[in-house]
Amino acid sequence: MLLISCPWCGEREETEFHYGGQAFVAYPADPESLSDEEWAQYVFFRDNPKGDFAERWVHSAGCRRWFNTVRNTVTSEFQS
Amino acid sequence: MEHPDWLWRTPEPKKSYDVVIVGAGGHGLATAYYLARNHGITNVAVLEKGWLAGGNMARNTTIIRSNYLWDESAGIYEHSLKLWEGLREDLEYDFLFSQRGVLNLAHTSQDVREGTRRVHANRLNGIDGEWLTPDELVEVCPIVNTSPDVRYPVLGGTWQPRAGIAKHDYVAWAFARKADRYGVDLIQGCEVTGFITDGNRVTGVETNRGPIHAGRIGLAAAGHTSVLTSTLGVRLPLQSHPLQALVSELLEPVHPTVVMSNHVHVYVSQAHKGELVMGAGIDSYNSYGQRGSVHVIEQQMAAALELFPIFAHAHLIRTWGGIVDVTPDASPIIGRTPVENLFVNCGWGTGGFKATPGVGWVFAHTLAHGEPHELNRPFTLERFTTGALIDEHGAAAVAH
Repeated sequence: MLLISCPWCGEREETEFHYGGQAFVAYPADPESLSDEEWAQYVFFRDNPKGDFAERWVHSAGCRRWFNTVRNTVTSEFQS
Repeated sequence: MEHPDWLWRTPEPKKSYDVVIVGAGGHGLATAYYLARNHGITNVAVLEKGWLAGGNMARNTTIIRSNYLWDESAGIYEHSLKLWEGLREDLEYDFLFSQRGVLNLAHTSQDVREGTRRVHANRLNGIDGEWLTPDELVEVCPIVNTSPDVRYPVLGGTWQPRAGIAKHDYVAWAFARKADRYGVDLIQGCEVTGFITDGNRVTGVETNRGPIHAGRIGLAAAGHTSVLTSTLGVRLPLQSHPLQALVSELLEPVHPTVVMSNHVHVYVSQAHKGELVMGAGIDSYNSYGQRGSVHVIEQQMAAALELFPIFAHAHLIRTWGGIVDVTPDASPIIGRTPVENLFVNCGWGTGGFKATPGVGWVFAHTLAHGEPHELNRPFTLERFTTGALIDEHGAAAVAH
């Protein structure tokens, strides 16, 4: 089980959290101007690196706050 | 003691092939076999970074079924099941295919509606399926607990009698042996590190054993597909996750079929040798680590015990994880990429084993003609742009 460090609550077990996937995927600034290809990229395509990955978690069973972190997808080590 | 005959050669890679397949798992091997058998294309190499069939082919729970909801899925999975039914004779190798049927249990009124709908959809597609009441399903699998006094009582289930299991390692060896006999080079310990390109066209692969040129390249690398395509700057709608499975100690035959439950989430069969083989859903986070979290195992053990109180004294012997590539609609991507001569077979998520012969057939067709087979035509990468998704999340009788 992962031990995840919530920025507000400290280190807690993975079962207290839910995963939010890739971080920093911004909602399109001008959605009406997007092509179908750009909508597909926004809705369905995400990075899938083997190595460091900036991702989101939410501390659902704790403070319920979202945060960003960087985790290595091979070793599961968190950087922040 | 004399070593038994090798089932395939260990050739040195040639400089060039008509087709290079990346990944010698079940899908890659089946594709190579059908390229030779159906299309007469034998100047083929299957490149494997580890050992033959040592990835997800060695880690899955061997369930074979075709009771998917949507027509597109029914097409490819039923094609696969029909191939399984004649595969032992075709490959001249016994891989212990056992059509012991699969029960998909329903625990809520929503499950009941979805299950009956799926049975009707299956039957309209010519796929065997029945709705069983709790009393009827106990006749099929007497050890299922149908007591109303549990947290999620069994309200019924769908039954596909032609479903079953097979011995996964033997399946890979059977395809490998036949492909090798056609002259296909199976090259283990050969990791693809990048592609050789000419404009927007791939002409070969870079490997740890030097460059290998190819007319067409087919990726059958499961969880590592994104890693390969990212070297070309091609992004795919895939996320790689751990999927865990486990086995018990060897037990007397007690479990006559395959039981899956979406709602309490576990699937269980008993291997020929006697182990109970179980699995459930993916771990939530992206990972290439081939291991998962123990609470995922705990949850499926709790589910298994509620369904099968008889397992209370069984010992868990071994758990493991594989890396599966999951798409947004839980259906695979089989076909062209934005790069000429590069084809993908990926996104099988948690359910690729059952499709082994079926996808080998259609991916071989795609690589031979540069065009999809009728059955994989809907499974394009473009569907994420057009919106023609094949949404098997939940619909496919198991949560992913």
